[in-house]
Amino acid sequence: MAKKNNIESTDSSAQGNENAIANKETEGLSQGQIVLRRFVRHRAAMAALFSLLAIILFVFTASGIHLGSEEKPISIPGWWHYSITDLPELQYESCPGGTVGCPTLNLVPFTENFGFGDHPFGQDDIGRDYFALVMRGAQQSILIMLIIGTLGGVIGTVVGAISGFYRGWIDTLLMRFTDLIITIPAIIIGAVIGFRVGNLGVMFLGLYLGLFAWTGLSRLVRGEFLSLREREFVDAARVAGASNRRIIFKHILPNAVGVIIVSVTLSMSGAILTETALSYLGFGVVAPDVSLGSLISLYQEAFSTRPWLFWYPGFFIISIALCINFIGDGLRDAFDPRQKRRITAKEKAAAREIKKAAV
Amino acid sequence: MFAYIARRLSAVLIILLGSSFFVYNLEAYAGDPLEELRLSNDPKKEQMILNLTRQLDLNTPPPLRYFKWLGGLLGGFTGNFDLGKTRTGESVAEQIGTAIPTTLRLVVAATFIAIFLGIAIGMITALRQYSRFDYSITFVSFLFFSLPIFWVAVLLKQFLAIEFNNWLAAAELSWQWVVGIGLASATLWAGVLASTRKKTAIVFASAFAVTAALLTFLGAINWFNNPGLGPIMIVGLGAGVAVGITVLSTGLGNKSALYGSLAMAVFGGIIYYPIQPLLNKDFSFLLLLALIGATIGVGLIAGWLAAKEDRSAVMRTTTLTAVIVAGFIFVDRLMQTWQPYTSNDYISYRPIPTVGQTNTLLQDELMANPDFWMSTLDALLHLVLPTVALCIISFAGYVRYTRGSLLEVLNQDYIRTARAKGLTERTVIMRHAFRNAMIPLTTLVAWDIAGLIGGAIITERVFGWIGMGTLFNKAITTFDLNLLMGVAILTSFLAIMANLFADLVYSALDPRIRVR
Repeated sequence: MAKKNNIESTDSSAQGNENAIANKETEGLSQGQIVLRRFVRHRAAMAALFSLLAIILFVFTASGIHLGSEEKPISIPGWWHYSITDLPELQYESCPGGTVGCPTLNLVPFTENFGFGDHPFGQDDIGRDYFALVMRGAQQSILIMLIIGTLGGVIGTVVGAISGFYRGWIDTLLMRFTDLIITIPAIIIGAVIGFRVGNLGVMFLGLYLGLFAWTGLSRLVRGEFLSLREREFVDAARVAGASNRRIIFKHILPNAVGVIIVSVTLSMSGAILTETALSYLGFGVVAPDVSLGSLISLYQEAFSTRPWLFWYPGFFIISIALCINFIGDGLRDAFDPRQKRRITAKEKAAAREIKKAAV
Repeated sequence: MFAYIARRLSAVLIILLGSSFFVYNLEAYAGDPLEELRLSNDPKKEQMILNLTRQLDLNTPPPLRYFKWLGGLLGGFTGNFDLGKTRTGESVAEQIGTAIPTTLRLVVAATFIAIFLGIAIGMITALRQYSRFDYSITFVSFLFFSLPIFWVAVLLKQFLAIEFNNWLAAAELSWQWVVGIGLASATLWAGVLASTRKKTAIVFASAFAVTAALLTFLGAINWFNNPGLGPIMIVGLGAGVAVGITVLSTGLGNKSALYGSLAMAVFGGIIYYPIQPLLNKDFSFLLLLALIGATIGVGLIAGWLAAKEDRSAVMRTTTLTAVIVAGFIFVDRLMQTWQPYTSNDYISYRPIPTVGQTNTLLQDELMANPDFWMSTLDALLHLVLPTVALCIISFAGYVRYTRGSLLEVLNQDYIRTARAKGLTERTVIMRHAFRNAMIPLTTLVAWDIAGLIGGAIITERVFGWIGMGTLFNKAITTFDLNLLMGVAILTSFLAIMANLFADLVYSALDPRIRVR
């Protein structure tokens, strides 16, 4: 192998130099390791990944986790001392311009009120702590996003894999069914479902929305399976006596996993926007529970007088969706076999040195 | 081919039947249209419930009722088209008929602007891959991707409407703003035209100087409150456009195209005064169409006369320039209306509205005393905010898609071949790469346009427009089954036809793809 590298590095074209660098880096690594390595090296995606994890951790520990019904609540308390049902008195002492319930968050170090204060994001009309509301809202939105992404991903993969692998009448049937679901505009499904089951809680909302969120992925996976099943390695596996199950799970699925992961990731940023849009229209999460969309919808009129009621939930929606988009982009680059890493000027110079030395 | 279309159409029918049946029953079983009445304390409650039950035929079980509804829909083939009546007794077909033009007005401009800008910027980012410009645009488009439209709308209302109107009262640009806008434009142009470090610096400095000077000058002559272009500006801008279009369309080497399109700019300046009397209050859309036709005719003839060889390319260039120059004249006429419009009692110097389709008070006045330019300007200004909001949301997708598609094409062997045989970079990019990169975009465009008819639900709500989205919203919240089905069947029909259309166009554009 070393000899081969040597030959390549003496190749006179610039292309040869770049290939040599690229080949050296992936030598002796499995496909998974190469993908992981490429992803880790994608700075924007890594930053986004850590930011997202930090946001999730922050949001979930702040308000704690509250599941279950009203009679039998399963609650893990968080570190924030207000909940969304507490009604502390409206503060107005330090507020500018005669407003009430302004935020106490002060991130300028070494000033008088540096730190969180009692109501970092302020208070709403009736005095509820806005930090608690935003944390709860972000939690609900993230939860729904994860449920939709997972459910949509699983159903989409299964439907796409079955119809792409078995073809024939199964394929026709499943794809016509997919077309049927596609023709129903997503917002109609969301609204009909959300309007009816919104008050059953976020879990149900997420589940129902997830049941309709798989169509795009299933088409992608089907296309991928249709082309992969004709490849030589599948024939080889079949000749060696592998069962259909083994071929699907061991041979085809690992090759299609890139498409699936990227698509599911990107669909999640769509899911959080869909959820907030539905909640904004009043079809999603309904009072007394809150989501980021319903918070914005509730307080949009207050923008000119108390803008913080509008900024904070929006900030969380955008940062979550932005992080996911960057992660998805990084994953797409990492899984793309044609993707060549950008060769820096330094590396080019190093390659030139090697070439000179060889000559 | 025809067998293929016929097969697809029959599949479409079956799918539409299935999906409408599904939606009908989903909605019918999901809620009770009488709930509101049952909870009321009205003494005539029983009677009202009975009436509504009879009117909406609620005693028939939904699956059977669906077929009654379907009968009305299929009646279209025998001339008895009937989509049923809404809860309040209006015809669904009529309601949709009045809603569609509103929705189209709302979304068409936004879509085309987003497609145009998205493709243009996407191309530049692909050609400048891994540059700072590319990274910034990537970040911005991801940011736009992640924006909820209702959130953007509130921001736009505050900053683009309320604050802008406040500013317009004095219309004075402070030097901070001049410097800020100048720097922004300089950064943009330096990013777009960047090559060597020296050239970038020159572009940056000159863009900054030009922008700042222009802003100061416009502020000094109070242009913002009394805008206009005038013949000299039209010739100047027209010449710029002529050069720009020639560069992209044929290359500056083609002298006949360059002179032909420059002639169009000059012609625009010459015709400016003679045409003004025609652009009076009684101007109409018919006349506008006629003038557009005349403009295209002039452009084609000028191209024909100017060209010695390669006629179609030259005619294309001159016609495009002619249309844009005529557009300048149109804009100039609208700008002349700006002063009377803003000083109107109903506008009272707050020209950018935050909600609504038109200014109803102004429209009443215009009914008595029609003025084409006033009503056009009013309609356009009401379009500003929704259009910007919709553009911001959909623009990002086009940028990313164009970038990816063009990069993929630029790595193909035939591009290397084209370069190797010595074609100019313009020809390689515009003729070999761009055309092929656009093929996959047809699918996206077709889907988007179909989705738009039923799509702008939130935008309509935020900006107070009454179009398809509002109808749909009303249908869901009031359990109006007939109305919902009317909207749903139309949107799904359009979506599915767009899909078929996209496939056909795709196969027509890309001979490697065959429809079977």
